[in-house]
Amino acid sequence: MTEEDKLLEEVTSAEYKYGFVTDIDSDTIKNGLNEDVIRLISSKKNEPEWLLEWRLEGFKKFQKMTEPEWANVHYNKPDLQAISYYSAPKPKKKLDSLDEVDPELLKTFEKLGISLEEQKHLTGVAVDIVVDSVSVATSFKEKLGELGIIFCSISEAIQEHPELVRKYIGTVVPQTDNFYAALNSAVFTDGSFCYIPKGTRCPMELSTYFRINQAGTGQFERTLLIADEGSYVSYLEGCTAPSRDENQLHAAVVELIAMDEAEIKYSTVQNWYPGDKEGKGGVFNFVTKRGICHKSAKISWTQVETGSAVTWKYPSCILKGDNSIGEFFSVAVTNNYQQADTGTKMIHIGKNTKSTIISKGIAAGYSNSSYRGLVKIMKGAENARNFSQCDSLLMGDKSGSHTFPYIEVKNKSALIEHEATTSKIGEDQLFYCNQRGIGTDEAIGLIVNGYCKDVLNQLPMEFAVEAQKLLSLSLEGSVG
Amino acid sequence: MLKIQDLKVEIDGKEIIKGLSLEINKGEVHAIMGPNGAGKSTLSAVIAGRDEYEVTGGTIEFDGKDIMDLAPEERAHAGVFLSFQYPVEIPGVSVTNFIKTAINESRKAKGLDPIPAKDLLKLMREKQQLLEMDKQFMSRSINEGFSGGEKKRNEIFQMAMLDPKLAILDETDSGLDIDALRIVANGVNKLKNEDNAVMVITHYQRLLDHIIPDFVHVLYDGKIVKSGDKNLALELEAKGYDWIKQELA
Repeated sequence: MTEEDKLLEEVTSAEYKYGFVTDIDSDTIKNGLNEDVIRLISSKKNEPEWLLEWRLEGFKKFQKMTEPEWANVHYNKPDLQAISYYSAPKPKKKLDSLDEVDPELLKTFEKLGISLEEQKHLTGVAVDIVVDSVSVATSFKEKLGELGIIFCSISEAIQEHPELVRKYIGTVVPQTDNFYAALNSAVFTDGSFCYIPKGTRCPMELSTYFRINQAGTGQFERTLLIADEGSYVSYLEGCTAPSRDENQLHAAVVELIAMDEAEIKYSTVQNWYPGDKEGKGGVFNFVTKRGICHKSAKISWTQVETGSAVTWKYPSCILKGDNSIGEFFSVAVTNNYQQADTGTKMIHIGKNTKSTIISKGIAAGYSNSSYRGLVKIMKGAENARNFSQCDSLLMGDKSGSHTFPYIEVKNKSALIEHEATTSKIGEDQLFYCNQRGIGTDEAIGLIVNGYCKDVLNQLPMEFAVEAQKLLSLSLEGSVG
Repeated sequence: MLKIQDLKVEIDGKEIIKGLSLEINKGEVHAIMGPNGAGKSTLSAVIAGRDEYEVTGGTIEFDGKDIMDLAPEERAHAGVFLSFQYPVEIPGVSVTNFIKTAINESRKAKGLDPIPAKDLLKLMREKQQLLEMDKQFMSRSINEGFSGGEKKRNEIFQMAMLDPKLAILDETDSGLDIDALRIVANGVNKLKNEDNAVMVITHYQRLLDHIIPDFVHVLYDGKIVKSGDKNLALELEAKGYDWIKQELA
């Protein structure tokens, strides 16, 4: 039997490491989606009237929309009436320090490898953690406050900084953008908020961990990040969920606003529960992420996607200002029966705008990985430049890799380059490693990490190490 | 050290090696010569444990132990090294990272801790000098965009780093210019000692001008049909393989 044949039979043996459930008392509302539920969420969160109106408006628009079917993924559409739209760990009183956090929850963080205290003292990473629907702890707030940086849950921002939220929410991803964005607008329960004042360089990485815990809940977080003129911020997000037989829905919206000469680096390591070896369970990850760049601003998306049963996600940049820059670096790994349809949109509006797309797809087992990208050069975008590179790596002969690049150019001065490759991890490569004493699992880790190097290099150091391990772990045992 | 008895190997139902016996002791250099398609590369791959070949008969012992059931990496840990005729590219994996992983995996198999970075760097510097390699070479992706000569030099560099008991050089001379040939051969000679052994697979005499064999074997149609000392290689060079074919006919 050849290596390739064995691969067909032996799908991953690595268990999902984060598949535990935390036994905490949750305040979960009845399943179902209607106006009353939205009013209930809004009142539970003590929201101002304008936000309730905004949610209801979103809901009305949502009701007229249908679930998109153009993506190269196949799944049973989630029953949106069978989901609870609000679940919060009790007690819900406002937390001022970690001592007030439920000890069970703290244990969860430990299992996730997030020791808040340690993070605070050693790495200088400020963390906001969202479990199910609400944010439970934000570290480092005071220190950031001294610089005028606001980093908190979006619920808190709605209470404390309503003018900022009201001004920017929905400006990059309008309610009508798509089915799931509309749903999110109606029912979002928490998420992170960040504002970096003019000319300020955020001195530490800001980090959010999202976790779905409660069964039968969906997670609809909303993140809003505003970098004012000439500021800089690097933002990380990580995601995990318990192993459950049913599919859980995660439909987030992330909006980034980079004002003139600002720079935002947004990195994601997405490790939602991918389902079991037979493709049962797992998270549906239907996410809308988009940023807008004003003059000479720059937004860089970096994502390492290893989890979720189905991923539908296109972090995009609207290059509105002249001389602005958009970047997208992506690694998407699928194994077993996972499906991913992911990519980016780069919309060039301003003059001399530049965009770079580096996408690395890896498909093993029976999985399917698709890259879908749009590069659009508008009429007024003189001298726009784009470089795209889309590589696919296949393991075995039951996995699939697909590329759907769209290019629309309305200005003759544009220069667009597109490169694409498809390769397989060859028996020759594996044997070469084996002969040097490197076992097959280690060899796959080595080869895959090498293949993804251009993307991993974009991640902050600590995150890159974690992502490397995750890549190896996701593919462990995928070759016999 | 290496003892092969009556080895028979098939690939896709076709018999390539048809009853081959060979014994290599420590301190010896053996050359395997033969025309294209004689089974030379198959022999090296089977010793190293490549599983697309089916061994239908015979035994291979290494250091007194049957290694037929060992995985390729286990054979490597035991001290078998194969310098590939066509080394593969692994994009994004630097020479340094690759060799570090290889050394540490072997150490792990022996219950040792990873090699300290300082020791690794020192060892690398030493072996780079031996093979007249540039330092920048170490940060390039392994074999990617390497010239023929660089690939072979890199193979011998890895051999030097891993310090195997048995080194099998599969057509290491192909694709080398005269200078690279000298450097590679010189490297092999310096690594040679009375405790290890080398098996050189080649078409031509020219490598054997530099790496002097103790024994020369002619492999033809899946069998060793003639063995001798280094003079046999010279005779082959002068008379060509047709001479062997005629003798056998």
